[in-house]
Amino acid sequence: MENERTKNEICMEFDAISENEGLARVVIAAFLSRVDPTVDEIEDVKTAVSEAVTNAIIHGYKERGGRVVMRASLSIENELSVEISDRGIGIADVELAMQPLFTTGAANERSGMGFSFMEAFMDRLEVESVVGEGTCVHMWKSFGSRQEESAPILQAAVWNRSGRA
Amino acid sequence: MEKKMEEYAIIDNYLCIRMPGEVDHHGAAGIRECADRLILDDKVKNIVFDFEDTTFMDSSGLGIIIGRYRKISCFGGKVYAINVSERISRILKASGMSSIIEIVS
Repeated sequence: MENERTKNEICMEFDAISENEGLARVVIAAFLSRVDPTVDEIEDVKTAVSEAVTNAIIHGYKERGGRVVMRASLSIENELSVEISDRGIGIADVELAMQPLFTTGAANERSGMGFSFMEAFMDRLEVESVVGEGTCVHMWKSFGSRQEESAPILQAAVWNRSGRA
Repeated sequence: MEKKMEEYAIIDNYLCIRMPGEVDHHGAAGIRECADRLILDDKVKNIVFDFEDTTFMDSSGLGIIIGRYRKISCFGGKVYAINVSERISRILKASGMSSIIEIVS
């Protein structure tokens, strides 16, 4: 039980193909087991990771393949840090990309809610991106503090007939 | 494409879609294609998404629902989500989806 209070870090690199979205979720869930998370906490992290990996695959690499890197670490204070990075096309305007409902993937029925989900389910989110070089999404979440009841993902979402506010 | 057609049923003018255990981008295209083929072929008016088997859904699921909603709402059709777990229900409500679909628990 002594190693309960050491830092733990993992890094995994995988092909940017959609079947690996599930793999990334399973790995992060297994990695978290040491902090004894609630079912909701596990699902929160899985959802956020799924969003970031999906973004890398469909936006970063335009579904033409590449490599995605997931780095995760747990601090002694049980704070999780996850970084999902790609060497894809990058995001020209990160602030705009993070707006709820903003999407460049409308034709593919992307909801434009990916970053909103990451923000809603994690404590903190930082996005760094350079056009032509790639994107890195860095997220943090603390465990053991039990502050349930998350805020709505969209404060006042109005989906009209065309499906978008 | 890899979806089996048993997961789709047409009862009266309702298309019932049994959603998979994990709803993500990986499976989204298959569900979309099957559903849209049935919406075109038969006289489907309303759509019921059955989440009984679903334990995970990310924003790709919202895309599937919104896309089908657009296809049928202009003809007065409605979209329902049934057998939703507490988590799926929370995601649907918190993302404002409950304004365009009816969540039946």
